[in-house]
Parts: sequence; structure tokens; C-alpha cells
Amino acid sequence: MQEKPKITISRTRPGVSVAQNFAFTADMLPSGGALTEFRRRAFETFSRLPMPAPTDEAWRRTDLRALPAADFRLPAPETYRDLAPVPDELLKPLTAKQHGGQIVLLPGGARLDLDPALAQQGVIFTDLQTAEREYPELLNRLAGQIVRPEEGKFAALASAFSQNGVLLYVPQNVTVEQPLHSILWGPGTSLGHISHLIVWLEAGASVTYVHEAASPDETGNAMHAGLVEIHVGEDAQLHFVELQSWGRHVWNFSHERARVERGGSLDWIFGAVGSRLTKNFSELDLVGEGASGRMSGFYFADGNQHLDHDTQQNHLAPHTTSDLLFKGALKGKSRSVWQGMIYVAPGAQKTDGYQANRNLVLSDQARADSIPGLEICADDVRCTHGATVSKIEQEPLFYLLSRGIPPKDAERLIVEGFFDPIMQRIPFEGVRERFQRAIYIKTVEE
Amino acid sequence: MSQLEIKNLHVNIADKEILKGVSLTIKQGEIHAIMGPNGTGKSTLAYTLMGHPAYEVTQGEVIFKGQNILELEPDERSRLGIFLAFQYPVAIPGVTVANFLRTALNARRRAENPEDKGIPVPEFRKLLKGHMEMLKMDPAFAGRYLNDGFSGGEKKRAEILQMATLKPEIAILDETDSGLDIDALRIVADGVNALAGPDLGVLVITHYQRLLNYIKPHVVHIMLGGRIVESGGPDLALHLEEHGYDWIREKYENGIAV
Repeated sequence: MQEKPKITISRTRPGVSVAQNFAFTADMLPSGGALTEFRRRAFETFSRLPMPAPTDEAWRRTDLRALPAADFRLPAPETYRDLAPVPDELLKPLTAKQHGGQIVLLPGGARLDLDPALAQQGVIFTDLQTAEREYPELLNRLAGQIVRPEEGKFAALASAFSQNGVLLYVPQNVTVEQPLHSILWGPGTSLGHISHLIVWLEAGASVTYVHEAASPDETGNAMHAGLVEIHVGEDAQLHFVELQSWGRHVWNFSHERARVERGGSLDWIFGAVGSRLTKNFSELDLVGEGASGRMSGFYFADGNQHLDHDTQQNHLAPHTTSDLLFKGALKGKSRSVWQGMIYVAPGAQKTDGYQANRNLVLSDQARADSIPGLEICADDVRCTHGATVSKIEQEPLFYLLSRGIPPKDAERLIVEGFFDPIMQRIPFEGVRERFQRAIYIKTVEE
Repeated sequence: MSQLEIKNLHVNIADKEILKGVSLTIKQGEIHAIMGPNGTGKSTLAYTLMGHPAYEVTQGEVIFKGQNILELEPDERSRLGIFLAFQYPVAIPGVTVANFLRTALNARRRAENPEDKGIPVPEFRKLLKGHMEMLKMDPAFAGRYLNDGFSGGEKKRAEILQMATLKPEIAILDETDSGLDIDALRIVADGVNALAGPDLGVLVITHYQRLLNYIKPHVVHIMLGGRIVESGGPDLALHLEEHGYDWIREKYENGIAV
């Protein structure tokens, strides 16, 4: 069932048409570390940029007027001691039997663990504060290379105020066999969790990295603003899995970009089941000949959740390949937005770009907007896209019921089947199981 | 011994009356056939017995195990022991035959005992393998998506596989012969015959007599204009094959207002 994406223009009421601004000031900037100057400049940008307005193209479908921006404060050191601890479940490895390293990022702190053998190979896998102390030059060289603070209010915010984050640096031709894992655990209300991830693979490097952001459901509001900067060097290979299961009180914003050099490859997996509202910008820049990237997205919204994923596949060199599939299900009064763009630069011949977004709407009050886009400035390319919004049809449902399967289980089976093409793209059983459990919880348990 | 007792069943689709008073009793251990020309209400009867929401019962009842099953949801009817082999089985993309069957079996177990942990995987595999051998199915079939890209013969075999797995007491086979070549027809019929016995009542709905060469009915009914107009032994089917439906149309459509 194909439906055209619907665009509703809601009239703004006078007086509430602008989102509240943040109360963050220069004296709150983390100071004394390697990024002090970077933060100061980002803060200038942050101060200069207005809050996104519904008239901004990228924010037309995601309304921030209810965001209590002025209420958020930054967690003081060791704030986590008074808040819910990170569940053991999140500390388990998802992509292998064991980790090569794990970082737990907490409000006002972090816990680190890295296989000493990897450290000897020159692999850096550490939290941002430690990196500011121990690798100031490297950090200064890498921060802001891929995502610039000027790209948006939240990019500037995260650049300036990131208290937490990860620096993953894999030197040339180093293969990290055991996957690396980080968890950003953000309990508490009225807190702004600000994170900055830098994943830098030099030429010929290879690693699997899982980053997960989560928090319990709480009453009130909290925010996460994040930056993810990824560099995949020549012939390097990165598997990157990003999962978010923020509590339903969390406003979640992120700017993410991966730059893939010649012959490099990126397998990028997204899973989004949490947050009150998410606005995520994810970009793939294929800058070298033969670079390739695959982006696979899983989302499932229910209740009043609003998930907005903005993706961009930029083919900036010849013979580059991108393959994007985002699939989402929606229940309750939830809403999703996916807006995707494939851009092929002049001269980027023989590129192959694919993007598809499929949505399954499980209730009459849920809504999915799906907006594909192509901008092609080369003439010898292959680019295809597809976008669908569908509902569960009566005949498959009746067929399953006729076999004695109760309605909720029948719905679950159909939803599982719908997501199967995404599962097929995920080479990690633990990640697939995580998604299966989210499907189970959201369809059967409610 | 349970029986399915259809009493004076009237059914509308979109306010048009399709079934105009059907009465029929099928006992466990019996095989009944309903024959009749296209558009006469045979499939309507099948779907109504299973509880398809598009079919509106305006009158009558269907008694099984002391209950009027018309008051039950389709999944409840199934768990009570009624099975419909669909004329057009529906594709469920992304859901494998094995996953689907295990879910269906576990739904039955859980209805009996909410604490049930589900059928153990080795036991399920063994059960499935046995049924698939009976139906001459490639073991790889269990890993394919249900009815998704199946040939006509594969779909019908998958229906019988489901029937074998779910062990109903009353099975309705709606045009199970349609779209089958003779080899596939034989395999499907052999499957049904292997399952038939004192614990299973079968209602075979068919347009052609052909299927009845392989599944021998005890009773044959002829349906016309939403009613059963003739009932008899296996000879009635042979008579239809020889003489077609014209004589019956003449006898009833000209005789009574339809």
C-alpha cells in the first residue's frame, strides 16, 4: 500500500511561535582541558544561532515549542551517585562474547576499560575528559573536523558543552578483533546530557563499535544533545551500531556525520525506540573513490513519541556506493519523520545510491511522514529510492487469527516480518535480539 | 464425539444476502463435500465458519462443542478445533513457516495453560520434519517466508502442513484443488487422507469432481443460490461430473425463486 506522504501545515499561535532559548552561559563551559578554545568558539556560534523555528526546512515537522530549554542544567561532577545506576543488561556485549573495551559515561563521570593489548597497538578508546587531559593534541586536531559547530544550534551546543564523550582512535592498519562498547547512561531530570563522540580510523584500520544511549523513564524533562564525528580512512572498515532507548521524558538531538575515504567502508546501524522527541541528522560523506556506506535504521515509536531522522548520502567521488534502509513502526499517537537525500556531486560518476524508508502504522492516530529526495549532478549514475507508509491489512491478520494466534501475537508476527529486511542486514545477534525485544514489548506488553 | 452443526445460516456481504439458510451437520470421522457452480456461496460458508469480519451473519447458529461459535473470535474458533484451508493463502512476508507454526502451536498451549513455556525446539523440529516428509516437502521450506512467492502447489501443501500441525477436529478445505496440477493434487489429497480418521470431520468445498477422486466423501451436497439443494452419497458427485450443473439449475432456479 503506497500512500503519498502527507504534509500538514499547522497555524502557529501568536506568542508561542518561538521555542524557549537555553540558559547556558560561558561560565558553564567545561574549562582547563584541551578543547577550551574549541569550546569557546563553539559557544560564540551557539550564542549567535537562534533556536530552530518551524519555518526552518529541517525543523518543519518537529516542533520544539514545548521544549523547556531554560530549565536544563549541566550535571555537576559525580551527579550520577544520586541517580539510578546503569542496568547490568546494558553492560553486556551485543556483538560478540566479550568486549575489547567498554566505557560507561555517566552524568558527571565515566568508567573505562580497555584491553591492554589494544592500548599497546596504539588504539585509544577513552572518555572525553580523559582524552582532553591525555591526548590534547590529537583531540584538538580531530574535534570539529567532521561536524562543525556552525551546522546548527544543537551542533554548536554539543561542541561547546560536551561533558561526556568518547575518543576512539585506531591507528593505521590496526585491526581490533573484539568489539568496543560504550554506554551513555543519562538518568535524572532537568539535566542536559551533552556528548561528543569522535571515531577515527586511520587507513587500513578495522573495528566494530557499539554506542548505546539510554535512561529510565522519569517524570519531568531531560535533554541529550550529541555530536558524532566519524572518519573512515582509506581502505578502513567500520561497523558502527548506535542504539538509543532514552526515557520518555528525554528530548534527544544529534548531529552525526561519517566521512569515508577511498576504498573505505562503513556499516552504520541505528536503533531508536526511546525518547520523547528525537531529531537526528545523520550524514554519510563518501569522499574517496570506491568508498561505500550502508545505513540501516530501526525505529519503533509509541505513546506520544516523536522520532525525526534526517539522512543524507553524499556521493562526492566516483565509484561510490551507498545503501540506506530505514524501517519504522508506529503505535498510539506517535509520529515519525524520515527525510532523506541522496546527493551526487558533479563528476561523481558510476555512483550507486539507494535509499528506502518503510513505515508500518499500527494505529489510526499514529502518523509517519516519509520524504525521499535525490539531487544528482552527474550523468552516469544509478540512484533509486522508495518510501512507503502502510497499515496492517485485514487479510494477513485474519489468516493468522484463523490459526489460533491471538490478535496481539498476530500483530507482533506481522511487525516482526515487516522488520525482517532490517534484521537481515544486521550481522550481530545481540543487536537483533535487542530489536526483537523492543518489538515484543511495544506490541504485546504495551 | 464432537460435531459441527450449522443451523439455518443466513449471511450478508455488504448488505447483500449470499447464504439464504444453510443447514448441515458434520460429525468427526465424516467427510462431506459441497459442490456447486461459482458464485453460489461456498466460499462464503467457509469464511463465515472461520469468522471473517467481512461476512455478516443475519440469522442462524453454528454449534460446536456446545457453543455457538458465531459468538467467538476467529482465533478462539481455531483453538476450539476448527480449521480452514484457504483457497487463497495469504503471504506473510518476513515470517518463516517454522516461526509461524511454532507461534500457532504455542498459542494453543498457552490458551490451555497460561504458564506454558512453549513447545521445546527439538520437539517442534521433529514434529515439523515428520509432517513435511508426509507432504513430500523440502526441509528448506520451513525457513521460507509463509506463502511469500510460493507456487500454487506449495501454498496448498503449506495449508495441509498447518492442518497436520494444528490437529483440528473439523477441517474446511476451500477449493484446495484449485490451481494444482495432478501431482500436487495427489500429494495434497494423500495428506488429507493421512489426517482423516475418526477424530477429524472434513468439509471439502470444490467446484470440480476431480478432487473427490482422491478424497472420498461420505456425503455430497450441492449448493446453489446460497442454499444446499441436494444431498446424497458419492454417486451425486459422479452424476454432476457427467451431467454438469445445468440440470440442477433447471430443477431449482426455475422451480423456486432464488
